Amino acid sequence: MATATQTQTVDLAARFPGMVSADTRPGYTGFIVNKDNLIEVATAVRDEFGFDLMTAVTGVDYIAENKMEVVYHAFKTTGGAGLVFKVQVERVDPIEVPSLINIWPGVDFQEREAWDLYGIKFTGHPDLRRILMWEGFEGHPLRKDWKEPFYEEDVKPYKSRWPEGNHTYAEEKNPYRDNLNFPEGFDPEKFTVDKEEDLYLSLERDTAKDVDGSMKTEHIVVNMGPHHPSTHGVLRVAVTLDGETIIGLKPVMGYLHRNHDKIGERNTYLQIIPYTDRLDYFNSMSNNFGYVTTIEKLMKIQVAERAEYIRVIMAELSRVQNHLIFIGMLMNDLGTMYTPSLYAFEERELVLDIFEAVSGTRMMCNYFRFGGVVRDIPDYVLQKIKDLVFERLPAKTDEMERFLNENEVLVARLKGIHVLNAEDAIKYSVTGPVLRATGVPYDLRRADPYSIYDRFDFDVAVRHNGDMMDNYLIRFDEIRQSLRILEQALKQIPQGPINSQKAAYQVRVPAGEAYGRIESPKGELGFYVVSNGKPNPYRYHVRPASFVNLTAVESMCKGSKIADFVALLAMLDIVMGELDR
Amino acid sequence: MYGKGILKGLSVTWKRFWDTYTEDISWMLRGKKRYNTEEGIRHRSSKDTKGIFTVQYPEEQLIVPEEFRYVPFLVYDEGADGKKEVRCTSCGICAKVCPPQCIWIVRTNDPVTNRPVPVPTDFYIDMDICMNCGFCAEYCPFDAIKMDHDFAIASYERNVYNLNKLLKPASYYAGIRPENYAREEEARKAKEAAKAAKAEAAAATS
Repeated sequence: MATATQTQTVDLAARFPGMVSADTRPGYTGFIVNKDNLIEVATAVRDEFGFDLMTAVTGVDYIAENKMEVVYHAFKTTGGAGLVFKVQVERVDPIEVPSLINIWPGVDFQEREAWDLYGIKFTGHPDLRRILMWEGFEGHPLRKDWKEPFYEEDVKPYKSRWPEGNHTYAEEKNPYRDNLNFPEGFDPEKFTVDKEEDLYLSLERDTAKDVDGSMKTEHIVVNMGPHHPSTHGVLRVAVTLDGETIIGLKPVMGYLHRNHDKIGERNTYLQIIPYTDRLDYFNSMSNNFGYVTTIEKLMKIQVAERAEYIRVIMAELSRVQNHLIFIGMLMNDLGTMYTPSLYAFEERELVLDIFEAVSGTRMMCNYFRFGGVVRDIPDYVLQKIKDLVFERLPAKTDEMERFLNENEVLVARLKGIHVLNAEDAIKYSVTGPVLRATGVPYDLRRADPYSIYDRFDFDVAVRHNGDMMDNYLIRFDEIRQSLRILEQALKQIPQGPINSQKAAYQVRVPAGEAYGRIESPKGELGFYVVSNGKPNPYRYHVRPASFVNLTAVESMCKGSKIADFVALLAMLDIVMGELDR
Repeated sequence: MYGKGILKGLSVTWKRFWDTYTEDISWMLRGKKRYNTEEGIRHRSSKDTKGIFTVQYPEEQLIVPEEFRYVPFLVYDEGADGKKEVRCTSCGICAKVCPPQCIWIVRTNDPVTNRPVPVPTDFYIDMDICMNCGFCAEYCPFDAIKMDHDFAIASYERNVYNLNKLLKPASYYAGIRPENYAREEEARKAKEAAKAAKAEAAAATS
């Protein structure tokens, strides 16, 4: 079904004649803003029109028109349609666009990403360093004229595979036998990472220089990670410490970066689906959901009725197991080694059994297709889902609450720590349970309903203190609401076909752009796709919740203890597969 | 009272601890084996499971569902004289749809006419690159490539499988996926019957 996002409600062009024009390219929506008026227009978008949540910022390289474009997607936390506006600049280095960091501080990481991958300089950004690629990397990989060392062709399928498909190893294409190139004249003996200096200088920016004078103290910089058991993967955090207190902090990421966007642009539309599984690998069903909804928007097709229900059932089961694991892993990071997390894993395994029986794999499900799903749920699996939803999971959620909620140590570790207020959360574009724990009832299933969520009766889980305790408790609330949705979906699920389209290994997607978003268990998962009518997307961008939510981390933990920071990382529920993509 | 929450939580752990014994004893009293039996493993992944949950791999293995998928294999039908009738026609759809592009097919050309012959000269799958997505099996129009259940393929070398190593008999396929096999055979027979009926009708009119 068409969502409200697709209809424009605000006419920026009328408000700013001469500065803004409507985007008239076929299949496109939104407005094109003059580069010089961007700050003025963006301020009005936020203050006058009330689009307080800047969710996605990304670049597009229109190499044929010699244009570089920056696309902004702004939404209201009260829900409803979004506003898309773009800035186009000549594709001649240096490509400069004014930074919007003073209007929406949440664009911080996303602008750095656009600089890293596209080479768009955001003037006024205080800390414009590479974010996903390493310092010393040559070029900007998402530009259309950048080619990887294993480059074979622009798009798949590669011609070497058939009919003359004599197998060769990809690494034989490169003397280093790796998907890696070195700049001309590179000498590893002489290479120094001078940009490390910039990282530590960027920490200085927020460091208070004067300590109150009573005792002479020295600040030290500690690198936590990339290999640290509590960072949930390879995340590195450079922290400036005053004793045990954090006074400045910068996350350093990209250790798991594989340029998911570029891989997507090489793939056909269908081929991207299994790659989305690998984003947030706890919730491959939700990732599939987000991606196929976006492409269905572009293709303007209806989803089979039964498939809609199956999708909702799978996405909600995924949310339940994600939140259970969240609770378990939070305990792990607080030092409760393994007992709660293994209790959570027990339930998760049962949910994964269901995923395995319907899709074939426990984690990399690859279950959704354009117009529906791959195969129907067998009767015995449907029975097992009912058993879990109606009997086991509610009881086990209660048990988990009994087990932990009143535990004095837990309460002492969580209550009143890392308070995030609603204003800051919105400012930093935080979404998902972390935003709702601050008292903002913003849930995409309600605020901008997709699929068939408008048919179910459920409450948006919301808590008001924004501290760690509320963040922990809201997960229980969400599990309960998900179970409510599941109960209704299981009662209402109709018989019928599971795909509205004929199975085809190549789909036709009309030219145009679409931004699809769903409420993934971690927050807003967005996909921005530009099609030019060819079998492969021209631009494919993922807006992961973990990545953007991490923007707020610095302001959240300033002044608190380093030991609590470990808990904060667990609480943000980051997954490196999605964060680094 | 300070410490009440901890005690409440510990009661849950205590209950779970007891469950491990009561479950084992109740199975014993009923004269059933909870470990190393299919019934026991199935019970441990059902909604009623409590107590010890772990399946002790490799002594025990989870029973995989029919749709479970691991790396692909090629199906051949056993001919009358033990000849392997490869179902693959080297049409190339699997190679085109493969997301990591790990399928390589060498098509056979007739040496005289130089026209393609519907059988592959060779067929390679780079199992180290395969992402087990199952697209090849899903979109194959001839039911020639299917996803395997055998996941223990670790080796010291690179795993590039050629045609010989990929081929497995249709009976093996019927063994691991009985429902799919039956459905496909039925569809195939219906198609052949329709074809025969059409030929008959054509013969009758001419």
